[in-house]
Amino acid sequence: MSADLSVSTSTEPLIRVEKFNYAYGDHQVLFDVGLNMESKDVTALIGPSGCGKSTLIRSINRINDLVDSARVVSGSIKIDGVDLYSPDVDVISLRRNVGMVFQKYNPFPRSIFENAVYGLRVAGIKDRHDLEEAAERSLKAAALWDEVKDRLHEMATGLSGGQQQRLCIARAIALQPRILLMDEPCAALDPIATARIEELILQLRGQYTFVIVTHNMEQAKRIADRTAFFYKGRLIEEDETMTIFNHPRDPQTEAYITGRLT
Amino acid sequence: MTPAPTTDNPFAGDNSGIQKRETAARWALRIGSHIVVFTTLAIMLHIFVKGAPVVFQSKWPFVNTQFLTKLPATLHVIEDKQGHRIETDVNGADAVKKKLGDDFRSEKTVSYSGGGILGPIVGTALLVVVSVGVALFLGVACAIYLSEYAKHGKFLETVRLAILNLAGVPSVVFGLFGLGAFVLTAPVFVDVPADRSVLAIPLGFTTLSFEGWDTCVLSGGFTLAFVILPVIITASEQCLQAVPQGFRETSMALGATRWQTIRYSVLPFATPGILTSSILGIARAAGETAPIMFTAALAFKDKLPWQKDMPPLPTDASIFAHWEQSVERFLGIFTESVQALPYHIYTIAAKIPQNEYSERAQYGSVFVFLVLVASLATSSILLRKRLRAKYRW
Repeated sequence: MSADLSVSTSTEPLIRVEKFNYAYGDHQVLFDVGLNMESKDVTALIGPSGCGKSTLIRSINRINDLVDSARVVSGSIKIDGVDLYSPDVDVISLRRNVGMVFQKYNPFPRSIFENAVYGLRVAGIKDRHDLEEAAERSLKAAALWDEVKDRLHEMATGLSGGQQQRLCIARAIALQPRILLMDEPCAALDPIATARIEELILQLRGQYTFVIVTHNMEQAKRIADRTAFFYKGRLIEEDETMTIFNHPRDPQTEAYITGRLT
Repeated sequence: MTPAPTTDNPFAGDNSGIQKRETAARWALRIGSHIVVFTTLAIMLHIFVKGAPVVFQSKWPFVNTQFLTKLPATLHVIEDKQGHRIETDVNGADAVKKKLGDDFRSEKTVSYSGGGILGPIVGTALLVVVSVGVALFLGVACAIYLSEYAKHGKFLETVRLAILNLAGVPSVVFGLFGLGAFVLTAPVFVDVPADRSVLAIPLGFTTLSFEGWDTCVLSGGFTLAFVILPVIITASEQCLQAVPQGFRETSMALGATRWQTIRYSVLPFATPGILTSSILGIARAAGETAPIMFTAALAFKDKLPWQKDMPPLPTDASIFAHWEQSVERFLGIFTESVQALPYHIYTIAAKIPQNEYSERAQYGSVFVFLVLVASLATSSILLRKRLRAKYRW
């Protein structure tokens, strides 16, 4: 019996999106989205601009709550079976467990060190030693430590774009979240910096559950275990990445990945 | 000799109306801009030429220290029979007359034009300190609420409309508001409420009585604060809006509360702009006359706010032994009425008979006033530059 139970919990997806409808004011942007994301998987969300993939990823850490008119119409997003939009969920502790990296790398105009430990500082950790340890650990994890270890107290805005984005990743993983959301993390980077970020994601795979929005289908192929295709606010198809790209079931998916649907 | 080439220039301008209108428009705009520059220069130059000789002098220490360190006083001008004129104050007049003896021909008195303008300078400084302190607190709080907390909708629009209207209220109306609100009805703690108290709430050990703060620095400072409030709110809000939205999202995505986000990732980067706008607010507050006429300023006062008829503090003990009294006296400065530069200029320009002596006092005062305001504006620009360089994104 107990073996059965453990099997059933291990097949329970970490993130379960059910019949999720989302709107900005009267303008609905997500329709009946249902999607499961397994623990430690890398899931890529693809689709043309305005298809709702960014809205979905921004709903998973509820950062979209900052948008005045944004609201859940119906449905739910559950992590470990807990509905994120139920009143007893504290967004602060949710966001500590669900880190996010944004499209535009945007370290604060502070030192590299202060950027790396920002999340810990606002969580009330003051001990200098703890902070330094956390900064080193997360910068190493983000493959940035060797480049910045001698100038931790210089302005983060002096780093190159790719370094800044890796600092943003370090900043997110300093809190040791379970899930890392990435909203087009390479959109503002050149191909070399992009390659380094992808390499980093591949290194970190298995430690975190990744949800990545990307416009770059090659990138999805390279890094994602599973890929979900969105079009006009609906989830069209979701499957193993190779299946999506090699044998799409839906003609719209095929049109998009072959560049005929924009 | 080769014949001149006769090919037509395909790019020759035509003398059509389009080009003439272009030229006319350019000149109209250019002249408009030049008038602005010319007017500014004319004001500055005129005040400088007439005012600088009053404040500066050719002998050491090159500055007319009397003008900057003495209180305004009545000027006595005594003329002898040779036509020499001697300027002195009321105390010196008798001595000069005695010395001249039979040589004395006439004596003329010019109100407020003797002495210096220390009183108005001190008064204006105190009013500015109070008003900017109050306006910064209220204005930045309001701007943060509007920019960071309030949701778009009816309420926000109403507040914005209110701010816009507040900016359009004539300053004399602010003066009357200050008279009614602060001078006559603001709450104070007293043992025995005055007869005119609007409402007295006994608190046991003392009484909270709404009987006003009287004409004083505090009343004037609060009134001026409301005059500059719209400027500070609007400018602060713009500065907050200029901080990238990404900072807020990132901060909150890292588990910060809204207030932590504002405190660590919005306000520090908006501060340069807020400070700049507040310094421009200082210039505005220093220049207003109408709001302080009823609330703080006197046409003439022969004492500085800290010169009161009080027994001197014992000098033998350390200041800490009397800190309560010291604090009380310090706070007492703000409950005194004062002279202020703009009102002083108004008085000597419009309220006394005009002659060469009063004109000299006018230009001197205006010159000092302009220098003060201009240096505030300059320091705001320098401050902004330094802070901008520090926080760049």
